[in-house]
Amino acid sequence: MQRIGVFVCWCGSNIAGTVDVQAVSEALKSEPGVVFSANYQYMCSQAGQNMIIEAVKKHKLTGIVVCSCSPRMHEATFRKTAAAAGLNPYMVEIANIREQCSWVHKDMATGTEKAIILGKAAIAKVNLNTPLTPGESPVTKRALVIGGGIAGIQTALDIADAGFEVDIVEKKPTIGGKMAQLDKTFPTLDCAACILTPKMVDVAQNDKIRIFSYSEVTEVKGFVGNFDVKIKKKARFVNESLCTGCGACTEKCPMKKVPNEFNLGMDNRRAIYIPFAQAVPKVATIDPDYCNMLKNGKCGVCAKVCTAGAIDYTQKDEFIEEKYGAIVVATGFNPISMDKFDEFAYNQSKDVITSLEFERLTNAAGPTAGKLLRPSDGKHPHTIVFVQCVGSRCDSCAEKGKEYCSKICCMYTAKHAMLTRDKYPDTDVYVFYIDVRTPGKSFDEFYRRAVEEYGVHYIKGMVGKVSPEGDKLKVQASDLLNNKQLHIDADLVVLAAAIEPDKSARPLATMLTASMDTNDFFTEAHPKLRPVESPTAGVFLSGTCQGPKDIPETVSQASAAAAKVIGLLAKDKLTGNPCIASSDELMCNGCSSCERVCAYGAITYVDKEFRMPDRTTAIRRVAQVNPAVCQGCGACTVACPSGAMDLRGFASNQIIAEVDAICK
Amino acid sequence: MNKANENLREEIIRMSGVNPKKCMRCGKCSATCPAFDEMEYHPHQFVNMVESGDIEPLLNSDSLYKCLSCFACIERCPRSVEPAKLVEAVRLSVIRRQGENHLTANDIPALIDDEMPQQAIVSAFRKYTK
Amino acid sequence: MKLSYFPGCTLKTKAKELDFYARKCAEVLGITLEEIENWQCCGGVFTTAKTEIATKLSSVRALKDAKAKEQALVTVCSACHNVIKQTNHAMQTDAEFASKVNNYMAPEEAYNGETAVYHYLEMLRDLVGFDAIKEKVVNPLSGKKIAAYYGCLLLRPNSVMRMDDPENPKIMEDFIRAIGAEPVIYPYRNECCGGYITLESPALSKKKSNTVSESAQNAGAELMVTACPLCRYNLVKNGSEIPVVYFTELLAEALGVKEAGNE
Repeated sequence: MQRIGVFVCWCGSNIAGTVDVQAVSEALKSEPGVVFSANYQYMCSQAGQNMIIEAVKKHKLTGIVVCSCSPRMHEATFRKTAAAAGLNPYMVEIANIREQCSWVHKDMATGTEKAIILGKAAIAKVNLNTPLTPGESPVTKRALVIGGGIAGIQTALDIADAGFEVDIVEKKPTIGGKMAQLDKTFPTLDCAACILTPKMVDVAQNDKIRIFSYSEVTEVKGFVGNFDVKIKKKARFVNESLCTGCGACTEKCPMKKVPNEFNLGMDNRRAIYIPFAQAVPKVATIDPDYCNMLKNGKCGVCAKVCTAGAIDYTQKDEFIEEKYGAIVVATGFNPISMDKFDEFAYNQSKDVITSLEFERLTNAAGPTAGKLLRPSDGKHPHTIVFVQCVGSRCDSCAEKGKEYCSKICCMYTAKHAMLTRDKYPDTDVYVFYIDVRTPGKSFDEFYRRAVEEYGVHYIKGMVGKVSPEGDKLKVQASDLLNNKQLHIDADLVVLAAAIEPDKSARPLATMLTASMDTNDFFTEAHPKLRPVESPTAGVFLSGTCQGPKDIPETVSQASAAAAKVIGLLAKDKLTGNPCIASSDELMCNGCSSCERVCAYGAITYVDKEFRMPDRTTAIRRVAQVNPAVCQGCGACTVACPSGAMDLRGFASNQIIAEVDAICK
Repeated sequence: MNKANENLREEIIRMSGVNPKKCMRCGKCSATCPAFDEMEYHPHQFVNMVESGDIEPLLNSDSLYKCLSCFACIERCPRSVEPAKLVEAVRLSVIRRQGENHLTANDIPALIDDEMPQQAIVSAFRKYTK
Repeated sequence: MKLSYFPGCTLKTKAKELDFYARKCAEVLGITLEEIENWQCCGGVFTTAKTEIATKLSSVRALKDAKAKEQALVTVCSACHNVIKQTNHAMQTDAEFASKVNNYMAPEEAYNGETAVYHYLEMLRDLVGFDAIKEKVVNPLSGKKIAAYYGCLLLRPNSVMRMDDPENPKIMEDFIRAIGAEPVIYPYRNECCGGYITLESPALSKKKSNTVSESAQNAGAELMVTACPLCRYNLVKNGSEIPVVYFTELLAEALGVKEAGNE
């Protein structure tokens, strides 16, 4: 028989406000096994924990029930307390009388009644608890960073700086991501390339970092400290180690009409290409959708002009398998498609562009060499209308757009408007806004400068319709402060399109068993206190894959994720979770049901010799759980038809005892 | 807000099925309204005024009869507020009262020509008359 | 293929061509349009208020009639289509509204929006197919630059109408291509002509209509085509410099069931 101590927490007024804590501790006193019951204002405080330690010693307790907040919050705290008192930590059970009780009930009587029932259930469970000892597993001291934008770059550099090996997997032919496409960066207006490309070079030159460009993660197995990852290196038909990046092939390739994705299709590239001058790795890639040699065997110009002999039309996709201790997701974002917003005529006029396209139009390395010219006729636009919040902040019932604020648009639009007025004082620039959101260091000052010093016309209101008529874009909009409908003949309309996570994020989340929200942003382990960790152990989040953010925030989060990875890789061994499945081999009939439902590949089958009741021996196929791989999800215990699988710490008899206690 | 205004507000919200609280004050409804210039109160004002219970001026305004039922504001509202439905509900709360029809059969001969389709007259009656 | 057909009031009087050629072309295309017996006027505009029951009953009767015959219901006038389709949607999605309507009409045979509603253009696209039409064209309108005028009622609200992209539609343009002509895209093709305001405030409808017809003309159109009698009236009355015709007239011309030059 256990000797159980019950500790009821007030959590200030969080619990005591709607639960009569005194009545709860009194009522639980008479439950089977309970030899001590008390309540206290803050059980998690030092004084509260000391109270538990003293009670364990004084009453020779073998089990502890803490009626308090969610186990997610303080289970670990009270397990440590138990260990300090000389008890096995797994002899502690938490009855959640806050989130699941006091916070959801309004009157004291119901709240108290429910708290008592939850306490009884926890006591019933502790009566059946047994001490558990966690296993240990080694840590592979190498990290994988998925995505080579500024987030992935910063994370990789910081991890490498701590002395660990890092691999970056980037699906495009070069690292650099969205930041490489930007012109200037707010609020200090430094040139994006000037601050990004040195970091790209640092990555290339760092002997701890390997870059797998033009590559994708295709399979992830294992668990924290021990991930097995399969990476597909797509055939680029160029031998990376031979290519010098001289660019001769990209100048001679006769296939000139390939839309250049780096310039968002506003100009063309060749079928063999290097995305931009500072690409890392600076290696050519052949686009198999356009290369005549690959499509019909006719051409071969690039191979002829390549003095390094790097062209290899026979190259195949290559698969690499590697082990990692930690994985960082840095898959980034894209502007949403404007297809459903054609009231702004994006698909009806070349002169209606997105803000990212505007970046390319003002970038010295862009399709117009940095001159702001209209895509339709190459003329200098004199009236420019910027439209904010296109597809952001939409109602969930609306059939288009995103519910969230994309966060970066107010600032980049202020930047675009200001730079336009700076460079072309003869232009009229209008910004239609719903709210101007500038919560960042030096952000509001920046926006005010656009209005006050640069004379940008900020108009509170939205554009309702853009009508391309002749060479003008007729913009019909609201001016809410003047209660007017405005009609502006514009030369260029720039849409601040909402941003969304990259499409590769969802399949990757499935591979990683990492959770996502309804918008396909990765979910953090705790929105405030663990913002760079995924709830899946060993998976970390960097940059906009977790939510919209600007460059300073992305870099901060990237370094934070690196710090978490370094903390993990610095350990030689990881303590596992002892609450894992185990199979009773005598009951197992070898049916494979458990193996099929195990998401972690933790179950294998062995043929084992058993002694039968009639003293003969028989060979039977039975399930075995790999304790290092099992995550304790319990799927196998449900699938097992013979009841051979059970979960330590959550055994079937313990769960049933809890249910019985609740239903009594 | 006094009781009478509050009741009227609730009635209009119930009739229209519109939740004016969803509005984020972007003004896209008024930006897209083809009858904007003819209106004393514009679509975004209908939303705001109904929400704040300031409905009396709307009841007495000619703006009620300027909405073309073109559904542009409904289609383009990013918050699914659907202002035209509010305009309609306010209008109904007026013309459902005795003697408040905006259009009578006697008015018609002076307003039509030989080519005008029935559709115009039928629609106007449905919008202006109970 | 047999389909129920709702012509609507204006198609019996001022817009006879719209109706006449719709029927004629349907025959050529192998479709039998069975006119709903004793149909009543749809009312011209959909009243959006949830408390408006009586104004929607005529639509429900037509929909019920089609359901009884297990047929889809075809409309041709934009206004009728908008009213009937929105009413049908309300019957599908608003249980309180549907039960009030059903209680009023005949509780023993409840109608819950089962009938599929097609605009004639959707019938051409989805049931006949523009490619099939192309094959039946004997008199292609080659070289003719035609501006499609959608107006408001065919496309909005898209959550109910579901005909096409409400901001950048192509069903009429595809139709124009199918009959061998060249569609002209212009920005005001889905903006309002002024509608019934023509009665009270002719100046407003003139302003709206002129914006539309001038935009079409600037884009190089020689002819405008519509499915709505009121749109046509407003555009013509307010002085469109290019002719405005119903899409069924053009279809009939292309299919060879209309005397050329009989416009």
